[in-house]
Amino acid sequence: MTTISDVTSAEQIAATSQLRFATAGSVDDGKSTLVGRLLHDSKSVLTDQLEAVEHASRRRGQEAPDLALLTDGLRAEREQGITIDVAYRYFATPRRRFILADTPGHVQYTRNMVTGASTAELAVVLVDARNGVVEQTRRHAAVAALLRVPHVVLAVNKMDLVEYAEPVFAAIAEEFTAYAASLGVPDITTIPISALAGDNVVTPSANMDWYGGPTVLEHLETVQVGTDLTDAPARFPVQYVIRPQTTEHPDYRGYAGRIASGILRVGDEVTVLPSGATSTITGIDALGEPVDVAWAPQSVTVLLADDLDISRGDLIAPTASAPATTQDVEATVCHLHERPLKVGSRVLLKHATRTVKAIVKALPYRINLTAGLAHESGPAQLDVNDIGAVVLRTAEPLPLDAYADSRLTGSFLLIDPADGTTLTAGMAGEAFAEPAAAGASAVEKEQEGWDF
Amino acid sequence: MTTVAAPNDSAYALSHLDALESEAVHIFREVAGEFERPVILFSGGKDSIVMLHLALKAFAPAAVPFSLLHVDTGHNFPEVLEYRDRTVAEHGLRLHVARVQDYIDDGRLRERPDGTRNPLQTVPLLDAIGEGTYDAVFGGGRRDEEKARAKERVFSLRDEFGAWDPRRQRPELWQLYNGKHAAGEHVRVFPLSNWTELDVWQYIAREGIELPQIYYAHERDVFARSGMWLTAGEWGGPKSGETVEKRLIRYRTVGDMSCTGAVDSDAFTIDQVIVEIAASRLTERGATRADDKMSEAAMEDRKREGYF
Repeated sequence: MTTISDVTSAEQIAATSQLRFATAGSVDDGKSTLVGRLLHDSKSVLTDQLEAVEHASRRRGQEAPDLALLTDGLRAEREQGITIDVAYRYFATPRRRFILADTPGHVQYTRNMVTGASTAELAVVLVDARNGVVEQTRRHAAVAALLRVPHVVLAVNKMDLVEYAEPVFAAIAEEFTAYAASLGVPDITTIPISALAGDNVVTPSANMDWYGGPTVLEHLETVQVGTDLTDAPARFPVQYVIRPQTTEHPDYRGYAGRIASGILRVGDEVTVLPSGATSTITGIDALGEPVDVAWAPQSVTVLLADDLDISRGDLIAPTASAPATTQDVEATVCHLHERPLKVGSRVLLKHATRTVKAIVKALPYRINLTAGLAHESGPAQLDVNDIGAVVLRTAEPLPLDAYADSRLTGSFLLIDPADGTTLTAGMAGEAFAEPAAAGASAVEKEQEGWDF
Repeated sequence: MTTVAAPNDSAYALSHLDALESEAVHIFREVAGEFERPVILFSGGKDSIVMLHLALKAFAPAAVPFSLLHVDTGHNFPEVLEYRDRTVAEHGLRLHVARVQDYIDDGRLRERPDGTRNPLQTVPLLDAIGEGTYDAVFGGGRRDEEKARAKERVFSLRDEFGAWDPRRQRPELWQLYNGKHAAGEHVRVFPLSNWTELDVWQYIAREGIELPQIYYAHERDVFARSGMWLTAGEWGGPKSGETVEKRLIRYRTVGDMSCTGAVDSDAFTIDQVIVEIAASRLTERGATRADDKMSEAAMEDRKREGYF
């Protein structure tokens, strides 16, 4: 494999695409080993970092360097041997740049996997080949499906401990693929690996001739980045109004924002929400360069034909596909904070660039991500790491899309107005692409030791 | 816009530099829209220069709606201070300088035995934030720099003592940044969170951004201390037993002269720098920062105290 340190000219590393991905799995599944091997074998762990890890491992009485120490950055994490928070890791090959959200392995940190998955285009779920698909695997798949991560990879690890046997892999791959597909995951890839021995992580395995697919890194390097935007609705939340009011630009009035979805073109008839005013796009400035067309996720400045009253918080969308506005929001949420969410809670709702007051009207059900997605009707409250349904009433109308149609204009945060704490992550609409039928109403107690 | 190489990418995939640029511009505009008095920490180092460049692009053709703040340790490279002042004048910006030397002169701070002034910046920084009533403070910190920084948020809430509590960080999802804060608190904002050292250099090359010359290979009188090449000068080096020699070096990071080391280098051009960094087996902090070699948690401890 070529690594980025092998290059001899700046042109060879000039322009590549970027893939943001997340990993899910526990230490027992070998997640740290997998991440460590990806970083190490792509030569992204540098000598001083490795020396620091070796030094720290020796002081803890470990002989081999503990690659988990590469990602456990905080004092409390190292002292307690746990991971508290999402760690972001960066590595590169000549073909692509990677941003990895490495999420920890304890049940109370579901919020961390939700956080990591929210910006991921791909999620790697690990299982131990000896154990196969277990409840935590279903939980990982469910979070990836809930957050609409487009690509999911199942890495069946520790193949060396099952004699690299194809039937073991095939059975696990089939069970997982069926489950993830039932949750609506659009693209599922399964790879047999040994993170410890290095099989199929960066280099193809010599022990599994029966496997003809890509290694983990090859897949990360070649999976499609970005989606076909032609069918996606264009959405442009206004962040800021640019008005130089200088002699050079006396009348310039531009709406600055980052295209959240779809494609904007000069000449598009647009509607401004929530006011409903209409105009035409007369210009798009792509950070200093005038363009005729721009698309998500570019940051641009949009010029309109008419002098309208537009400010931060408004949403510009093509008139033909403008979203409806509503004050009644039905959403699936992940509750992120120890302070519970209850019916009657008064919160702030932040959607795109607008923050409005809202009140929790109902908590229809809580979802158990492991027990066949069983729904518990009418929970008294949502606690930290709970996934459930929420009905909200907002003080002002919002142009909210279904999260299934647009991740950025279908998502929102609930914030405690008293101190600004982020309480809840929300996704408008139904939880899964093909919602599983509501199972038994009795929710099994979450068991200790489940992952994330 | 740059076309990208990977054959399987959608026709609409952005290059990694375009994606990083768009994300950083979005962060600048969020802060402009939600805060009253933002300020950019500007040292004349490459990361702060890239930050300023992004801010200029984010609000063009209008002026950057923020002022600049520099904490001057008193041991800064003269080339860098000259660059700083020239840049401020060129763009018609307002610069506030907080001087560590003033604090030492009137006894509010004491010189450390090792002569390092990096940790001394925290108090003048927090005082300047308080006096300026700044509610958002942009820093050039990157998550790839150091393992405590790998867990830093883009919007990082600081209490009235400027302290960072990693256990009380707000989860950050999608691109929804929560900047709510109480009076007296402020938010540190890191628009370059997802950039690596190589990304910064590639972006500097693509945008044709000028840097202080000490980032490129040049001959300089240096002496060895703690495995690094330090510039000889009035700040306190060399001590007896340390010998000065002329070497071909460049600076990979720019900070306080007493704790920022140079690296042996013959990279005279930006393309040569990019190849050198891609091939480097050391991180930039590992290669050049004495203060991060003090302990496993040196950066974490300084951040908890309110450091950048």
